[in-house]
Amino acid sequence: MLRYVLGRVLMIPPTLLAMSLIIFIVMHNTPGSPLQPEGANPLSPEDLKNLAAAWGLDRPLHEQYINFLVKAVQLDFGYSYSYRTSQVTEIISRTFPVSLHLGTMALLFAVVVGMTLGILAAINQNGPVDYFCTFTAMLGVATPNFVLAVVLIIVFVMLLPVIPRTGGWDQPVDWILPTITLGLGPMAIIARYTRSSMVDVIRSDYVRTARAKGLAERRVILVHVLKNALIPPVTILGPLFAAVGTGSPFVELIFRVPGMGRFFVQSLLARDYPMIMAVFLLFGAFVVIMNLVVDLVYGFLDPRIRYD
Amino acid sequence: MELFEADPRARLERSLAVSTAEEELEWVPARRASLWGDALRRLIRNRLAMFGLAVILFFSFLAAFAPVIAPHDYAEQFWDHIAEYPSAEFPLGTDLNGRDMLSRMIYGARVSMTVGLVAQFIVVLIGVPIGAIAGYYGGKIDTAIMRFVDIMYAFPTLLFVILIMTMLGKGLFNIFIAIGLVGWVTLSRLVRAQVLSLREKEFVKAARTMGASSGRIIIRHLLPNALTPIIVAVTFGIPQAIFTEAALSFIGVGINPPTPSWGQMVGEYQQYIRSYWHMSLFPALAIGLLMLAFTFFGDGLRDALDPRMNE
Repeated sequence: MLRYVLGRVLMIPPTLLAMSLIIFIVMHNTPGSPLQPEGANPLSPEDLKNLAAAWGLDRPLHEQYINFLVKAVQLDFGYSYSYRTSQVTEIISRTFPVSLHLGTMALLFAVVVGMTLGILAAINQNGPVDYFCTFTAMLGVATPNFVLAVVLIIVFVMLLPVIPRTGGWDQPVDWILPTITLGLGPMAIIARYTRSSMVDVIRSDYVRTARAKGLAERRVILVHVLKNALIPPVTILGPLFAAVGTGSPFVELIFRVPGMGRFFVQSLLARDYPMIMAVFLLFGAFVVIMNLVVDLVYGFLDPRIRYD
Repeated sequence: MELFEADPRARLERSLAVSTAEEELEWVPARRASLWGDALRRLIRNRLAMFGLAVILFFSFLAAFAPVIAPHDYAEQFWDHIAEYPSAEFPLGTDLNGRDMLSRMIYGARVSMTVGLVAQFIVVLIGVPIGAIAGYYGGKIDTAIMRFVDIMYAFPTLLFVILIMTMLGKGLFNIFIAIGLVGWVTLSRLVRAQVLSLREKEFVKAARTMGASSGRIIIRHLLPNALTPIIVAVTFGIPQAIFTEAALSFIGVGINPPTPSWGQMVGEYQQYIRSYWHMSLFPALAIGLLMLAFTFFGDGLRDALDPRMNE
């Protein structure tokens, strides 16, 4: 067990290293330059040269990459190209908590509503509740969140004005729509997983035994079925949290949430190399660690799984 | 005498025939039921899938005949009809540049349908060979490819596509490349798993004993047997590609204006949603509807091709 965890943890640095190399290659081997972004006022050749020297972009590529690595290990990503007075780490430490906050709320919403829907659907198999749940789940899977955002704003801000404004992040009222928008997709996925896993367990022998003993249906479901049926949905929480916990640029753009996603799109458009690198590595680390945590939790919940 | 009767129904019918009418030992062939025929019948019976198909056909029709159907050119500007709400003259209103929203929506179907199909084709071109090679040859090649796939899995997909697009620049062709470069990962993993499980089957061994080359075994024996999951994965990949294009155009790194794209319209006009709701609502609904249609159809297709999965 310890060996397994250690092996997985040791795989994290090489994965991030390979990621940074891929991003570095993609950024530096494509047309365009951060010195002269599209639409900006043209700089004189002399200014361009000075700027390149200041950012270290005039050195050979391998040297640039090694410089980046040496600093990145110390969590120093330098100054952002597009927000020139701020360090990348400053921007991220200011915006990442907002994204994380939004993501956590969205995931909580997804887990609570998704599991409830899934359980209800499984108990009332092929009944109207089941069809309603299946349909909602499909809608949630297939609707991109910016489409959902537009519809939610039109319905809840304009048609039935229950929510006073279309965006912002100052009052808890502003949190409602972004949370639902971001959470509906994961909610649908969780509902689907929960339903199919519930259905599997309900058909198993030990549940039949429990019913044969004469237990009340309520007790069978709550005590016997739920405990085992909720294990598989847990496995997808990791990737979902990694996807949602880091926020979504679209949701943040539409609802004017001051999170990382919004800044990230800006920095991508400006070819802000330090910002792009830092954000991608942060996301990557998040995904890898979340997957590891979930694998371990899974092994803990289901003793049949052994890691050697 | 067939030792291996493919269709159990035929066997049943024959045994019934023998027991009931012994004087007439006439062999009546059973209705021929092939895998595809059966699947097609199940698919047609699935109402949601048929609804999805109808929507897909409708949008394909719009896309194919856009110049004939659209009342105006997508770039034509009506200077005295700027930012109008839906009316008899402009059923979906006009945008901030005085262009007919209906016409732009109809032309927008072109971009979405093309991206969905072509990008998925590229994904297949990259993903299937890589997965098949990894699964068939195993060993070091497999380890190397799968390590790379693991790394690609750690990337936030959508952001990586955006990165590639900002680096390559706007345009339909670049969208194909970006989606292809990112989308093959899932498919190749699926193909590899299929090939891995089929590789040791008897019919593959038989082919190998008869001297078939590796390439022939992969193309003639392994891939056809792995076709069902590939088709299903591709069908689900189409709405993903449509979504990706819409998302790219939404933030302004997708299609080159003035070519209309639904995602671009939503992205540009969502800022004015309180004043001009129609400009972002209609394209948003179109994206949602088309993606939903492909998802319904994909679900139906999966259930039809593999009834065991529909438990």
